[in-house]
Amino acid sequence: MSDTGTSPPVFLEQRGYRRRRLMDALRLLPIAGIALWLLPVFWPTVADGPDAPEPMAMSSAIVYVFVVWIGLIMAAFALWATLFAHRDTSTDQDGEAPR
Amino acid sequence: MTSVNQLIGVSLGYVIFLFAIAYLAERAAQRGKGGWLRSPLVYTLSLSIYCTAWTFYGAVGYAARSGMEFVTIYLGPSLVMIGWWWALRKLVRIGRAQRATSVADLISARYGKSNLLAIVVTIMAVIGVTPYIALQLQSVTLSLSIFSEPGGDAPLNQLIAGFWVAFGLAIFTVLFGTRNLNANERHDGVVIAIAVEAVVKLIALLAVGIFVVWGVAGGLAPMMEQIDASPIGAWDMDRSRWVALTALSAAAFLALPRMFQVMVVENEDERHLQIASWAFPVYLLLMSLFVVPIAVVGLDLMPAGSNPDLFVLTVPLAQGQVGLATLSFLGGFSSATSMVIVATLALSTMMSNHVVMPVWLNLQGPGAQVSGDVRNVVILSRRASILMIIGLGYLYYRFSGGGSALAAMGLISFAGVAQFLPAMMGGIFWRGATRWGALAGLCVGFSVWVFCSLLPSFGPGAVLSVATFDTGLFGLSWLRPQALFGISGLDPTVHAIVWSITLNTTAFVIVSLFTFPGPLERLQGAQFVNVFDHSTQARGWDAALATSEDLLIMTQRILGATEALDLFRAEAARQGVQGHLPEPTPGFLQQLERELTGSVGAATAHAMISQLVGGASVSVQDLMAVADESAQILEYSNQLEAKSSELSRTARKLRDANAKLTALSVQKDAFLSQISHELRTPMTSIRSFSEILRDTDGLGQVEKTKYASIIHGEAIRLTRLLDDLLDLSVLENGQVNLNFETGTLSTVLEKAILTAQASGTGPLDIRRRHLDEAVTLTTDLDRLTQVFINLITNAQKYCQADEPRLVIEVRQDDGAIAVVFSDNGMPIPPAARALIFEKFARISDNDEAGAGLGLAICREIMTRLGGEISFQGGPSGNAFTVHLPTQAALAAQ
Amino acid sequence: MGKHVLLVEDETNIIEAIRFLLSREGWQVDTHSDGATAVDTIQSMRPDLVILDYMLPGKSGLDILTEVRADPDFAKMPVLMLTARGQSRDREQAEKAGVSRFMTKPYSNTEVMTAVRDLVQLAQ
Repeated sequence: MSDTGTSPPVFLEQRGYRRRRLMDALRLLPIAGIALWLLPVFWPTVADGPDAPEPMAMSSAIVYVFVVWIGLIMAAFALWATLFAHRDTSTDQDGEAPR
Repeated sequence: MTSVNQLIGVSLGYVIFLFAIAYLAERAAQRGKGGWLRSPLVYTLSLSIYCTAWTFYGAVGYAARSGMEFVTIYLGPSLVMIGWWWALRKLVRIGRAQRATSVADLISARYGKSNLLAIVVTIMAVIGVTPYIALQLQSVTLSLSIFSEPGGDAPLNQLIAGFWVAFGLAIFTVLFGTRNLNANERHDGVVIAIAVEAVVKLIALLAVGIFVVWGVAGGLAPMMEQIDASPIGAWDMDRSRWVALTALSAAAFLALPRMFQVMVVENEDERHLQIASWAFPVYLLLMSLFVVPIAVVGLDLMPAGSNPDLFVLTVPLAQGQVGLATLSFLGGFSSATSMVIVATLALSTMMSNHVVMPVWLNLQGPGAQVSGDVRNVVILSRRASILMIIGLGYLYYRFSGGGSALAAMGLISFAGVAQFLPAMMGGIFWRGATRWGALAGLCVGFSVWVFCSLLPSFGPGAVLSVATFDTGLFGLSWLRPQALFGISGLDPTVHAIVWSITLNTTAFVIVSLFTFPGPLERLQGAQFVNVFDHSTQARGWDAALATSEDLLIMTQRILGATEALDLFRAEAARQGVQGHLPEPTPGFLQQLERELTGSVGAATAHAMISQLVGGASVSVQDLMAVADESAQILEYSNQLEAKSSELSRTARKLRDANAKLTALSVQKDAFLSQISHELRTPMTSIRSFSEILRDTDGLGQVEKTKYASIIHGEAIRLTRLLDDLLDLSVLENGQVNLNFETGTLSTVLEKAILTAQASGTGPLDIRRRHLDEAVTLTTDLDRLTQVFINLITNAQKYCQADEPRLVIEVRQDDGAIAVVFSDNGMPIPPAARALIFEKFARISDNDEAGAGLGLAICREIMTRLGGEISFQGGPSGNAFTVHLPTQAALAAQ
Repeated sequence: MGKHVLLVEDETNIIEAIRFLLSREGWQVDTHSDGATAVDTIQSMRPDLVILDYMLPGKSGLDILTEVRADPDFAKMPVLMLTARGQSRDREQAEKAGVSRFMTKPYSNTEVMTAVRDLVQLAQ
């Protein structure tokens, strides 16, 4: 029983740290989305002319856009489920330092 | 074949169904059973009014023309929702804290409740959104006409159909949008109806998509092959449009008045936003999932020249799927109607709060006692605004002729409302943003948008002449609407977006930097930007002039008698006052203002209360007074703090002094004990032996001599002790008279050694370097000699080496002289070293002659002479260093 | 046959005087001048009387007395304590520690001799 006095704070500390990193992920998620959806800009297109590489097939383009979409949604859901699903809004006053 | 009449029947049934749902929802909410109405699911579905008929029908047409470009319209909002933590979270919190009723209200509230800004935003919103409403009307009538074409019935009069649609929507909006005029400005009936419509349009589009993929194309893999083989089968994307349209849709999602209405105004719980952050992108994804397949199949099946915007309807019809086509029609109908309802609601709130009400209040004159029931006026003005907006939409639809000009209207409208974004985002993230900056940005951005996007959309020669397109406005080539500042070659849409937003932001920032915000503006700015730090209102009312009765009368007029009484009674109960009239405390006035804000907008509510309270507004003087007062309080508390810390400092000093005194008292006791011991010990020997000499008969001569010499020795010891004590006392009390003389160090040492050896007890080999000792000194030479004698006799007494040796060295360093006496005796134990200069500190256990005062006297003498004596223990002996005062040596040189 | 007295004292002149006085009356006198080892010496010599100085190098007379009295064998041994400090608190502490007689220096020779005789007689 002697270590019960010391171990919970360590545990909480780790949880707090984990939370902060998850918050970072939450903030970075849209940036990742922007980057991934910006990628089609670099694909070869029909307008590049006949000398350019073969344009991307529409089916591949659709698959890419939707796979990124699903990935972002799942990541957003996972972050929400870990960070907010079981919490009260009243404790969520400030994202910088979750209390 | 379904006849148009049947279809109209279905539509009417659907509308009645929506009315019923809305009505039941309102009833449930009024009875307090409306919890389920405000679930995260309903919130998420209500956001789907983003997907209008333009996206329901138009996305497929868009895809048929430009491939995947349509998806940018969904990507932007998805990114905004997934990144809710950055902007939406703050927007919703501020909107709720400030009870913002619209985008115009939010911007007006941020910039010091400026009604001018509110009016500008309202006008811009109406101009930007009205064509969009017209587009919805067009889509409904167009889809109706599809069903009439092959039947050969009387051709549908589209204009008349459009009128009835508009009329029906107006009725619905008036009924459910202005039923209750309460503070929180939420519309349960409307929200539940659009949630149901969201489900209908999603199901309709998914059903058509599934039919097309599995019913027509024959499965997923053949569908993909067909897509790649189709005219849009290869990636053909204008890169700048891909980026610009994604950004534009994200901006519009934040700034569209109808989105603000459902996202912020109708928001019940901030947690719903968290859930919608991933749930709404799912909705958007499903809405766009089958767009390309439907477009590809439509291009393949339908005859060339058919309108791709209507593939969602025409493809099922061509396949004989009338039921599916009807469902699809209902989906499009839902998209159009929900958008019109919410957009109208949002616009009419702005119009009523920021244009109609202020004008009406102005007409009433400055007197506070406005006659009549303000509540009725507000509702009336709201209803008139709704009719006006929908009327405008219909007129626009009618006179634009429903041609191709409307098709581009979606993006143009987006670009128009996106002009709010700099003022909105700047307002919630930058405290330096000012009213004039916002106004400048809005006007510049809006003008550029009108010139580069709205007017050219009617085509060359319609509003802007062909010459303007070619050579610029007024013949200025840098004012060409699609090549501003001579930068040509950009896609016209991208061109308009980039220039309008860039110039808007630039004007906003620069004017903000060079103007100074008013006090109310600064307070509001701080509250917006730091909304997460303090959620309470910061500015106060001077309540002294307002009477509760006046306030109650005014509130009754706006909120209605029952609600106003309830509000006042609750406050009275909270204050502990009997009856229904609470004290008009500043807090209550603020609460009241917030409640009224929900009904009439921030600026108006502020104006109304300020009329009653007497002050036109919170003046700078008021603010300064408050600031002065708080400064005084602060100073007072600082003084208190200083005093209390001074008290604790004094207490600490007293404690220290007490501890010092206690320590001194202990020292004094120890000192007295020591003196007693040192005096009584020789006295004992003297008494004892003198008694022996006196009382003992027959002592031999040897014994008598021995005992007498003991007595003599002890008497000398006593005398020396008394001398030392006196000496020390004089030195310590500073009463010593120093007798300064000039002499050489060698003389002093010579004298000391001679004296010490004369009374010496043992042989001591003293080694010196005479050359070094040739130093002239000006000091009290006798006292210095005394120090040296002490050190030499100490060495004589305590150096217990076989061949006791004392080395006397003179060191000179920068004019400072140190005389070192080092012996080869047993080193003094480290523990004792700290004490050797203390009184009665005896180094050796068997010290008979000394009372332990010698070194203490040496130290006192050296201190008086301005020098120092120190001890260095070494492995092979002890060393005492006498540091002579610098000036003694200097004076001598 | 004279009794055996142990004198624990560090001042040579006082030792000389007391030794002279006691041995003239037939006492056997041993001396010890180091406080640190005094307890061992007392316990091994088992004298009939101990004359103990209060201030001794290494260990004070009071501590020596306390340690000696802690041993039941020496609970009754007569101890005459001499002190030059002259503080009343010292006397109280010594009496608490079980001193048989407490005397302040300087003393008269007759006082010391009387005390020594009385203490030894009482112990018998």
